[in-house]
Amino acid sequence: MSLRHAAIIAKRELRGGLSGFRIFLLCLLLGVAAIAGIGTIRAAIDAGLGGEAASLLGGDAEIHFTHRNANEAERTWIAANSLEASEIITFRSMIQARADTAPELSLSQVKAVDTNYPLYGTVELEPAQPLQDALAVRDGMPGLVLHPTQIDRLKLQIGDTLRLGTQDFQLRAAILTEPDSSLSDLGLGPRTMVLASALENSGLLGAGTLFESRYRMRLPIDADLPALAADATARFETNGGRWQDRRNGAPGISEVVNRLSSFLVLVGLAGMAVGGVGVSAAVRAYLAKKTDTIATLKSLGATRGTIFATYLLQIGALALLGIFIGLLLGGGIPALLIPVFADQLPIPIEGGLYPAPLMEAAAYGILTALIFSIWPLARAVDISPAGLFREISGKVGGWPRWPYLVLVLLLTAGLIGLAANASGTPMLTLWAAGGIILALVILALTALLTKFAARRLARSRFMQGRPALRLALGAIGGPSSEAASVVLSLGLGLTVLASIGQIDANLRTTITQELPGRAPAFFVMDIQKDQMEPFRTAMLASGAVEKVGAAPMLRGIITEINGVNAKEVVGDHWVVSGDRGITYSATVPENSTVVEGEWWPEDYSGPPLMSFSADEAAEIGLQIGDEITVNIMGRDLTAKIANLRQLAFSDMSLNFVMVWSPNALSNAPHTFLSTVYAERSAEGSLLGIIAKDFPNITAIPVRDAIEKISSTLDSLSSAIRWGAGATLLTGFVVLIGAAAAGAEARIFEAAVLKTLGATRRKILLSFALRALMLGAAAGLVALAAGSGAAWAVMKFVMDSDFSLFWGAAIAIVAGGALANLVASLAFAWRPLATKPAQILRNRT
Amino acid sequence: MGSPVLSLNNVQLTLQGNAGPVPILRGISLNVEAGESIGLTGPSGSGKSSLLMLMGGLESVTNGTLSALGQDLTKMSEDDLARFRRNNMGIVFQSFHLIPTMTALENVATPLELAGDKDAYKKAEAELEAVGLANRADHYPSQLSGGEQQRVALARAAAPRPKILLADEPTGNLDTATGETIIDLLFNLRDRHGATLILVTHSPELAARCDRRLELRDGAIA
Repeated sequence: MSLRHAAIIAKRELRGGLSGFRIFLLCLLLGVAAIAGIGTIRAAIDAGLGGEAASLLGGDAEIHFTHRNANEAERTWIAANSLEASEIITFRSMIQARADTAPELSLSQVKAVDTNYPLYGTVELEPAQPLQDALAVRDGMPGLVLHPTQIDRLKLQIGDTLRLGTQDFQLRAAILTEPDSSLSDLGLGPRTMVLASALENSGLLGAGTLFESRYRMRLPIDADLPALAADATARFETNGGRWQDRRNGAPGISEVVNRLSSFLVLVGLAGMAVGGVGVSAAVRAYLAKKTDTIATLKSLGATRGTIFATYLLQIGALALLGIFIGLLLGGGIPALLIPVFADQLPIPIEGGLYPAPLMEAAAYGILTALIFSIWPLARAVDISPAGLFREISGKVGGWPRWPYLVLVLLLTAGLIGLAANASGTPMLTLWAAGGIILALVILALTALLTKFAARRLARSRFMQGRPALRLALGAIGGPSSEAASVVLSLGLGLTVLASIGQIDANLRTTITQELPGRAPAFFVMDIQKDQMEPFRTAMLASGAVEKVGAAPMLRGIITEINGVNAKEVVGDHWVVSGDRGITYSATVPENSTVVEGEWWPEDYSGPPLMSFSADEAAEIGLQIGDEITVNIMGRDLTAKIANLRQLAFSDMSLNFVMVWSPNALSNAPHTFLSTVYAERSAEGSLLGIIAKDFPNITAIPVRDAIEKISSTLDSLSSAIRWGAGATLLTGFVVLIGAAAAGAEARIFEAAVLKTLGATRRKILLSFALRALMLGAAAGLVALAAGSGAAWAVMKFVMDSDFSLFWGAAIAIVAGGALANLVASLAFAWRPLATKPAQILRNRT
Repeated sequence: MGSPVLSLNNVQLTLQGNAGPVPILRGISLNVEAGESIGLTGPSGSGKSSLLMLMGGLESVTNGTLSALGQDLTKMSEDDLARFRRNNMGIVFQSFHLIPTMTALENVATPLELAGDKDAYKKAEAELEAVGLANRADHYPSQLSGGEQQRVALARAAAPRPKILLADEPTGNLDTATGETIIDLLFNLRDRHGATLILVTHSPELAARCDRRLELRDGAIA
């Protein structure tokens, strides 16, 4: 027989309808829809960002310096290459309300602009007025506009006077929209906007102050961006200047969206694996019904290949249908909804149909359908006709022949490879795929163990006289048990949820409960050299401060490693991708341990030396003796790595990846960074002292930082929970499928039990016990596997302790039992309601 | 003569078919005395099995009254009927109807356990031994031959020592030799425990082994 014959038989078989394939279709379409939906939203955001790139960036191009303004040569180049340019300075500072009567301080992100700002877009204010009018000097006082949250927090009225450093400003308006705000600006404290010229007498922006300068350029429409970018990079990069243009106007948002969606796609793939369990169960159930047909075809001369092709064509046709519906939902729903909600979203987004994510989702769907169908199919076609005729329903066992196993392995490798390539985070994808496969193996073993234990327990003396319990155990341990489907599908869904729940609970506790206990009350920035000792004295004299930590603070960008461009050596590792804090010290800093090499003598005066963080050095392959060139305030300085240190980041003490020998940096202009350890009740009065005696200093309450991290964590975990919810929904569909597949058996069982004298209550109890036990078993394994994964993430990724959160743990086990109970009881009505005669009469 | 074990008075059964109501039994009146054995014969579709289902409380009568051991089965709820069967009836089917997820021993022990018998397993073992299957106690139905499955079903029906034994073509799915063994076992059990036996069969020879033979035609006793 040929493929044509196989197709003809497949077509005839499909005339029987799709009733046995509802779960198959649902499992596939849910997985495909979830992944297609995530991909479509990502593509829509990318398109939206692309459309408004210039406005988001604030210009067609931008050059960004840390810690310094552009020098004359740089300004000349910017002016020569742009139609119009604008200079923006951003820094954190304390804003002071009612400075002369009842001072109240609040941390703010100050944006000091020039009169050309904004080059693109409009800053909308309330009351409505042009930005430049609002910021202008009136009656000798410059204007200031604030984010509404700051106005509420400080209980301000328009017209009130506010102080930045030593300069007073008049509050003129609230900022409603800021065209060039991006996620990278959403740091600590709401936005304050002033004219840069108004800060001249503020005492802020002194030497060594931490600020960033951005030079936005309006370019001719036909500007050659790649050529300009190459020229700017060659001229400015070694001096710490970074180029960005409208081709990627909001890399911060783009990166966050891409990373989050990559992670959600991984969760989606876990959902696909759960769906795969349902696919496999549906294919097995279908083939079990077709045992006679397969045996007949074999006895009529059909080869294994023909039969394999016949059923693969049927499964393939149905899989394509499921995938098509999935793509329609995953691609169509966002396309329809995005235009409706686009205006309410904080980032630009452009609805539409995006083929690339749909193709990616379709590929995952096809591979999943094949991987999970080939195994049962190969087993069915390998059985001899006599064996098939003898087989009882649903019992097509054994391993497939090796070519099928190789095919399954190759397809699995293909799926993982595709996911690794598409996600942009191959290592994370490989770890996640390994985790999913390991979880599936553990769950499959658990299902076997559960069946074995149930069988043994059902026969134990303890079970004698407990018919409901023994019936339940007998059903779990006996032939045609649902244990494998239930434990695998529910278990995998719950494992994802358990690991996310435990990671979330651990992170949240560390950040909101443990950290405040050992972290300082404030980080204090921009302390000038001559202010450091008076500041320390003032803090300690208050009586409320337990300890003041301090370190010199400079910022710089690693430009070269052993004379070679740093990015060429280590790629996009975070240590070289932006400016880093740098300090110097004669002795080993507190909370650090030298793990390799020697610390320099206290009076060292030779060529500059550097101590590097051991973890980061290992990640980027640095060794003792390597030479690191760092651009600090436009100057390249080179030091040799003398030793490696292990840092303790978890208590928020002062830590720096790079510590230099003092002789190299102590004469460079810089400020000090300090940590103040104090009782919470004293925080207000300490802020008062800082405002009065050190107005240029910025104190960041750690509580604010923790709240910010906590709220970011809230948003992240809610996005991830939605992803995990989709996985669980697929798991629930598989449960429904398992319950539906077992419904006929249960109806018969109930009829026989009624005949033997069982009441409906007892039968229902037995069904419920069976569902609860299987669900709880899946929940327990999920808890163990999920907690194991969470432990690994906390230990190896977060470098933190792990504790099991019993509330979330019990919820997982109880949730598993309950989900299976609901799925099972949904199919209990018919067995209980049907008269035994109806069933027993028709079953011969 | 005491009161009848089974008493049927003008019992009618009508089932809903695709083309409308289908009369199955058209007014059966019958009294069965304690210890009596009755062979119910008749062509396929004459209503033999349906009559047996009514006697076992597995089907509800459409009209008429049906009492067993002095209790009106037509007034009982489904759970009351289950309890009644548990304490008084054993039923054997043509297709054995063993629970596939239970071993032979567990199948036999189940009605005893449901009746709250503390020695359920001991009695079940004895019953399996009586039908010659002590060595197959731990086997699932799928691991037993048809004859063995029917022997398990017989043991299960007999285990609670029912007062009424109902058998619906118990040899219908078996070869002649195995069928004869099963019938011998059935009568043996009935003789040992003194139960009333209602046996549905196509075989006139088999019916002839009963105390009384009734023939059904078109839902009525001929």
